[in-house]
Amino acid sequence: MIKSTAPEIKPRLFKVEELRADFPVLFQTAYNKPLVYLDNAATSQKPQIVIDALSDYYSTCNANIHRGVHFLSQKASQAFDDVRTKVKDYIGAGSEREIIFVRGTTEAINLVASSWGRKNLSAGDVVLVTTMEHHSNIVPWQLICAEKGAEVIPVPMDDRGVLDMQAFETLLTDKVKFVSVVHTSNSLGTINPVDVIVQKAHEKNIPVLVDAAQAVAHEVIDVQALNCDFLAFSGHKMFGPTGVGVLYGKEKLLEAMPPYQGGGEMIAQVSFAGTTFNELPYKFEAGTPNIADVIGLGAAIDYMNGVDRAAAADWELSLMRSTAEQLSTIPGIRLIGTAPHKAAVVSFVVDGVNALDLGMYLDTLGIAVRTGHHCTQPVMDRLGIPGTIRASFMFYNTQQEVDALVVGVRKGINLLRA
Amino acid sequence: MSNIAAIEHEIVEDFDLFDDWTEKYQYIIELGQQLKPLEAQYKTDDRKITGCQSSVWLHAYTKDGLVFFESDSDSTFVKGEIALLIKVLSGQAPEEIIKAELNFIDAIGLRQHMAVTRANGLASMIKQMKLYAVGFQSHTA
Repeated sequence: MIKSTAPEIKPRLFKVEELRADFPVLFQTAYNKPLVYLDNAATSQKPQIVIDALSDYYSTCNANIHRGVHFLSQKASQAFDDVRTKVKDYIGAGSEREIIFVRGTTEAINLVASSWGRKNLSAGDVVLVTTMEHHSNIVPWQLICAEKGAEVIPVPMDDRGVLDMQAFETLLTDKVKFVSVVHTSNSLGTINPVDVIVQKAHEKNIPVLVDAAQAVAHEVIDVQALNCDFLAFSGHKMFGPTGVGVLYGKEKLLEAMPPYQGGGEMIAQVSFAGTTFNELPYKFEAGTPNIADVIGLGAAIDYMNGVDRAAAADWELSLMRSTAEQLSTIPGIRLIGTAPHKAAVVSFVVDGVNALDLGMYLDTLGIAVRTGHHCTQPVMDRLGIPGTIRASFMFYNTQQEVDALVVGVRKGINLLRA
Repeated sequence: MSNIAAIEHEIVEDFDLFDDWTEKYQYIIELGQQLKPLEAQYKTDDRKITGCQSSVWLHAYTKDGLVFFESDSDSTFVKGEIALLIKVLSGQAPEEIIKAELNFIDAIGLRQHMAVTRANGLASMIKQMKLYAVGFQSHTA
């Protein structure tokens, strides 16, 4: 049954094995070896409660929402609307009107670039990003800037992957009309001082979008405390289903923005003489929404609310530190992304060993890591490397998995250097 | 059985000796490590194959009506894959190369271990080898 209120989950002490048991996918073998999943920055695994929510929705509740007068439609509408409230509370937004359901972070940024950008950017304007953006926070801005004759300028970083805040202030000229920055770098793990960025930009009345795709599963974000104008994140990186994400936007800004896509749900009145648009948040949600996955996202939020987040974050950082320390002792390994303030991501390169080759070797041992540029080619260009091997952690990972990775890396290097 | 099919059969028999994917991987790495490096003069952009996650260069030439391939990559695993393709296709007649079905790739379980992007890279490699063969065939016809 889909419940209209969150199931009661008592906060509990952090115990990795107990939490791990909530994630059925982790209990399997790959090529007859225990699966070691260290690709959490790409997507998180899903707890049983999320899987059940999806199945329950289709088993007991499936109907199109908001337009039906019948029992099922009202039940589905209620479950869907409840998630908007959960998301609002989860990120500390002021109102449900500020929560737009989208496909993911990428669509959220495209929405803002397309809608806000088309209305507000003109020739000579600048959109400020950083060198360490995911391509999803570069290309949407390049597209709209090319159309408008505006320019996308990146704030540089140093060799450790720390943002150059002095350069940020210098680059924050009168030409800058928008700042779009990544909260936590997916390839380096760097956590950027987004609060300072927001504050400095606001001193010049420049709105700021924060790409929180890599942050939401690992730390609590309060949009009112942060005071960002937009926040974008994906459900699948925070234990929810793929294909659903959230754009938070300040109501005043969203009100002033034109619709992004046209269709059902987003209209008030349609005639060939002209169409008026629905109010927020529906103005930006054309077509039947991804009802099931939104409900799955709601279950993911319930799940996270039941986890001791601070203890989970500490555990992830301890895994990250252990990995970094052990890998550092292996000759020829260079850690990439060594910012003092960083998330549970370890990226590295090995002298004389191709990253793809080592990643494939680890795969033969059942260890899932990611290799390549991680959709951050400007980062790799800046550091003069083609790509890295990246292990990224979630609180359900264990010290044994870290140790298996380190052993695998050692063996792989011996094999590949032979 | 054609020459190519016989070599493919041999490769499949070799791979049957291995129990698991780790052993197959290690064998492919060994083949890659043994592959003769391509001379620097042939590592040019026009010999680079697009569609691969790694850099791959392919050089081809004919001798006595047969096509020969030399290749290199920054990935040892990809070099191992190339070594297998070279074993099968290098030194064959253009028309044989063009019609080669290369069923060994599936038979040794290589394709199932590759993400789509990598499978596309292997497909690009094969396509380029066949294109060379077509080029040499029309040239000599």
